[in-house]
Amino acid sequence: MRSRLLLLGTALLLALLAWLALLAPLLAPAPPTQQVLQEGLQGPSLAHPFGQDRLGRDVLSRILFGGRVSLTVAVLAVGISLTVGVLIGAAAGACGGWVDEGAMRAVDILQAFPGILLAIALAAILGPSLTNVILALSAIGWVGYARLARGQVLVVREAEFVAAATALGAGPGRLLFRHLLPNILGPITVEATFGLAGAVVAEASLSFLGLGAQPPTPSWGAMLNEGRQYLLVAPHLTLFHGLWVTATVLAFDLLGDGLSAILDPRRR
Amino acid sequence: MRRFLLRRVLLLLPILWGVATLVFLLIHLTPGDPVEIMLGETALPAAKTALRARLRLDLPLLTQYGLFLGGLVRGDLGNSFVTEEGVAGIILRTLPATVELAAAALAIALLLAIPLGTVAAVFPGRLADRAAMGAALLGLSVPNFVLGPLLILTFAIGTGTFPVSGREEAASVVLPAITLGLALAGILSRMTRASLLEVLTREFVTAARARGLPERRVILRHALRNAAIPILTVLGLQAGALLTGTIITETIFSWPGLGRLTLQAIQSRDFPLVQGCVLTIAAIYVLVHLATDCLYAWADPRIRYDA
Repeated sequence: MRSRLLLLGTALLLALLAWLALLAPLLAPAPPTQQVLQEGLQGPSLAHPFGQDRLGRDVLSRILFGGRVSLTVAVLAVGISLTVGVLIGAAAGACGGWVDEGAMRAVDILQAFPGILLAIALAAILGPSLTNVILALSAIGWVGYARLARGQVLVVREAEFVAAATALGAGPGRLLFRHLLPNILGPITVEATFGLAGAVVAEASLSFLGLGAQPPTPSWGAMLNEGRQYLLVAPHLTLFHGLWVTATVLAFDLLGDGLSAILDPRRR
Repeated sequence: MRRFLLRRVLLLLPILWGVATLVFLLIHLTPGDPVEIMLGETALPAAKTALRARLRLDLPLLTQYGLFLGGLVRGDLGNSFVTEEGVAGIILRTLPATVELAAAALAIALLLAIPLGTVAAVFPGRLADRAAMGAALLGLSVPNFVLGPLLILTFAIGTGTFPVSGREEAASVVLPAITLGLALAGILSRMTRASLLEVLTREFVTAARARGLPERRVILRHALRNAAIPILTVLGLQAGALLTGTIITETIFSWPGLGRLTLQAIQSRDFPLVQGCVLTIAAIYVLVHLATDCLYAWADPRIRYDA
């Protein structure tokens, strides 16, 4: 019961964060790129609750707009990874033979790489842009889902309802989409929730290193990197951005924990 | 055990070859001409041709690949585009700093995680458990690029306890090691709790208690050792995160290691150096996996790999 309450609270927090990002144009006290140079690095005030950055831009507005960038990248990267990974993994598990062998060797080699390193290398080579961040994160992200989907399909494939469907004349496509995929949704949802937390951190990491969003696009990682240079005179930059990113990641992690407690019967 | 080791080492070769090929293709097949990046778009065509020839970028791709692999076998990773120094030498010079940082981070993670996870598993559902697991979740949710600046703000600028950056004093390693190790501590303490909870239900634990062993001894000597395997697995899997975490952590703290070198190489488009750094990190990662497998045998005498 307590875990369900926590789950509900987390879901509400995430919905709130998403709404704040979505409604950023209405809620933000100022346009995120509006500069007031003579007010650079000012601390929090009534007009600017989170203070102002080096160029006098409103930090709260930039955080809200940064949320749109961050969440969009995360959702797209996880969406692409998930679709590609589940299709490849499920196909490998369902077909077996050389399809399985080929897909799993590719997964092995990609997993011999620390993922974010590959993303950093890809983003660096493709050039810094948000599209390339999404590409880079998807290129490494699908592997985990493929392995998970394949494992789950191998388990479900032996179940009697699949044998029954085959006996009734269901083809491989129908088997995959109507019978196998719906049965592996639980673990994959959990994985995707943690994946969103990971993608938010990865996007911010790449932007922090200068490989993601380019100025003046507001991005949490890039803003934290800027704040680092003004730690002494303007700690509010690091503080507010840091808190916001951490709250977002924490919310996704909590949701993932809650979902896995509910969806995984062994953890009840 | 020796045969197992030999087989695993032999298996390393195709994986390393695959990784090297992937890095080579990544750098040579993606858009972006290093010569243009180095000389600028306005450079004279003759200058570009000369540089391209000097960097051997004018050779057919397959020849370049052959030269690259041949060099790898001899331990020659090519020369930096920027300083023209040997890449292998540059990497070897920065490696000790990264090893020191990673070892300190690992030590901090283990020192935090094992006690936290154990306390949580011994008092499941109680306040101690919830506090420990709350702390663990927080630890693994704070990104290193947030934690690092916050630690500098509090303990370097604020109290002045530790240096802000660099590697001049022995105390310099503390803040970067916490930054790098805290997420790992979070993950490991959750794993310790889960693994220990499972082990504590087993019969040999009941038997040990029935023999009248003190609870301390049951947990520390009997249960924890048996709970070690999943913890080691997670540790091995997280080695990659620890290694790549050094890129951000070392940048934040100006720590003169492989991570900062990688980023500097990326920023200056020094492709041979990028190639060398990525390969080195990937190779360490693969080796750590091998070491994890060997540790299994130590932690669980039933695993002997001789079959």
